[in-house]
Amino acid sequence: MFDIDKWQEILSTIKKNKLRTFLTGFAVAWGIFMLMVLLGAGNGLSNGVGSNFEGNAINAMWIWSRETSMPHAGFQSGRRIQLTMDDLEAISEMEKIDKISARYWIGDRTYAFGNEYGNYNTQSCHPDYMVIEKFEITKGRFLNDIDMQYARKVMVIGADIDNALFKGVDPIGQILKVGNVPFKVIGVYAEKDPREGTRQGLIPITTAQKLFNAGNRIHNIALTTFDVSKNESQAIEKEIRNLLAQNHKFHPDDERAVGLYNSLENYIETMNIFRTIKMFVWLIGIGTLIAGIVGVSNIMLIVVKERTKEIGIRKALGATPASIVGLVLLESILITALAGYVGMFLGISLMEMVNFAMEKQAQANVGASGDRGEMRMFMNPTVDLGIAVSAMFLLVSAGALAGYIPARRAAAVKPIEALHDE
Amino acid sequence: MITLTNIHKSYQMGTNSLHVLKGIDLEIQQGEFVSIMGSSGSGKSTLLNILGILDNYDRGEYHLDGQLIRNMSERKAANYRNETLGFIFQSFNLISFKNAVENVALPLYYKGIRRKKRNAIALEYLDKLGLKNWAEHMPNELSGGQKQRVAIARALISQPKVILADEPTGALDTQTSYEVMEILKSVNKEGITVIIVTHEHDIAAMTDKIIKLKDGNIGDLIINGDLASFKKEFAKELQPA
Ligand SMILES: Nc1ncnc2c1ncn2[C@@H]1O[C@H](COP(=O)(O)OP(=O)(O)OP(=O)(O)O)[C@@H](O)[C@H]1O
Ligand SMILES: [Mg+2]
Repeated sequence: MFDIDKWQEILSTIKKNKLRTFLTGFAVAWGIFMLMVLLGAGNGLSNGVGSNFEGNAINAMWIWSRETSMPHAGFQSGRRIQLTMDDLEAISEMEKIDKISARYWIGDRTYAFGNEYGNYNTQSCHPDYMVIEKFEITKGRFLNDIDMQYARKVMVIGADIDNALFKGVDPIGQILKVGNVPFKVIGVYAEKDPREGTRQGLIPITTAQKLFNAGNRIHNIALTTFDVSKNESQAIEKEIRNLLAQNHKFHPDDERAVGLYNSLENYIETMNIFRTIKMFVWLIGIGTLIAGIVGVSNIMLIVVKERTKEIGIRKALGATPASIVGLVLLESILITALAGYVGMFLGISLMEMVNFAMEKQAQANVGASGDRGEMRMFMNPTVDLGIAVSAMFLLVSAGALAGYIPARRAAAVKPIEALHDE
Repeated sequence: MITLTNIHKSYQMGTNSLHVLKGIDLEIQQGEFVSIMGSSGSGKSTLLNILGILDNYDRGEYHLDGQLIRNMSERKAANYRNETLGFIFQSFNLISFKNAVENVALPLYYKGIRRKKRNAIALEYLDKLGLKNWAEHMPNELSGGQKQRVAIARALISQPKVILADEPTGALDTQTSYEVMEILKSVNKEGITVIIVTHEHDIAAMTDKIIKLKDGNIGDLIINGDLASFKKEFAKELQPA
């Protein structure tokens, strides 16, 4: 296999039959090119839509209160449900619940630092909220249990507030006035998903209860589950609904009484669609590739026929069947691998170029309009190296496969028969 | 060197069977220079192919260099062709996309000798045959005689014990034929057994022993002393006018 002489023998054969080699390789190069472009496009689609899930943990659920739509247990329909800390406690006791946080909004207040001020919303929550929202802390730290325990007047501000009010001053440790209440800034957060914005201050829920009369009420519960399947996730969803139905005396089937968004369910459904698309892409790509392999095999068969006399001469000079098989097989592998590599390179280059152009475009868009970005359908349409490497293995085996029958036929050539025909 | 006992060979063609060799008994010693003659279709090539392990036989026994050659695996046959035998063909059978040196060096490739070394050896052999300046030429740039000399160099390079040549002069003019025969003679002088098939009496007359095939059997075996009269007999006929 790694006998230099053998390769030289094959290379000299290939070199002397350039057109034939080119034609053989073209089919394979085309097949791989198409496979790469299709895979890249498939990836682009799935990356694009997948990126819309990036702002939050994938296995998150969001629960908010609404109005009942069914009369139940003596109550009329249309009754407003108010979520409370007790609901949160009860849900957090459930199995498979990982992180959980309440959310309670204080509403717009004037934030002031020195001479700078602006109107911002304040949200109170638990320390777990950072994980659920997938915040990135760019400065300082997030809320912690001690902040909670002592209902400290501390705040994590969004990057937008940092920019607008602090103007280059390190905000950490500074006192920010929210209405009349002074808060100490302990951190700055950024969002991965630009749509969600960073125009909020975050404070401990306990502080909100003490300072802003939140009492037991909460607006919203955010949570993540431990790794669960789609079915388990749906079961948890149902269990939460039942629990809340019991706590608030609404009908368990009254879907309108509380709102619940299960991102995992959505994510899995979307990803399933993409898995199907991906499978389809592979199917088409492999189909194209197989056509290429059959092409190579066919041409190699013709080549063997053409070379019958040469093979006969080689045998008369002492070529073993194994060396003849090797000659044909390695030639086939070499052509397939090289051509495939070229096809792969061109395919990947094309997709990288498209990616580059798209990123440029995206940057230009953000710069021009200050837009926070909209739903993305297409993003990073590239093929990762792992796939490229396995494609390489695929190519070599494809070459071996394509060369196998012709090689066997070549090895079966009888020297006299080959030397006979003029 | 070569012992044939009661060799039979038939070709199967559909339902018909053509019995070509009908019990050949033959002994050829190391260092002999033998020619095989006979009318067209008498089985000369068939016999030579059997000797060269290029074809198999139906019945009898063939011993080459003390070894029974029978039902041999392709691998082992390849080894014999490479180590013990050298072939020269009427139509030269050079590989068209390889130049003279590469063609000559090919048997050494199958011996596993490195490229540099085998090309150097090949050049030596080409030099011996007066073709040093043609080493880099492709076969289609060579004359018939030059091609055959390249083929002889290729047959000699693996230092075989037996050279088998099927009408080596068949495609050459008289002058060139004689040159080729001179080369084969000197090869034979070095102790290599040479067996040629030929139609031409003057060519056969240059060998030490003539085997005449007739009806699938050996019709005549002309050796040594007889050969002198054989030579005389045909010399007249073949005297250039
Ligand atoms: N592969 C084959 N299949 C069938 N018949 C064959 C085959 N090879 C040779 N024959 C037949 O066997 C007979 C002997 O053929 P062979 O080639 O040995 O003759 P030859 O003595 O070399 O003749 P020539 O002087 O014309 O070369 C011929 O009748 C030929 O038609
Ligand atoms: Mg013949």
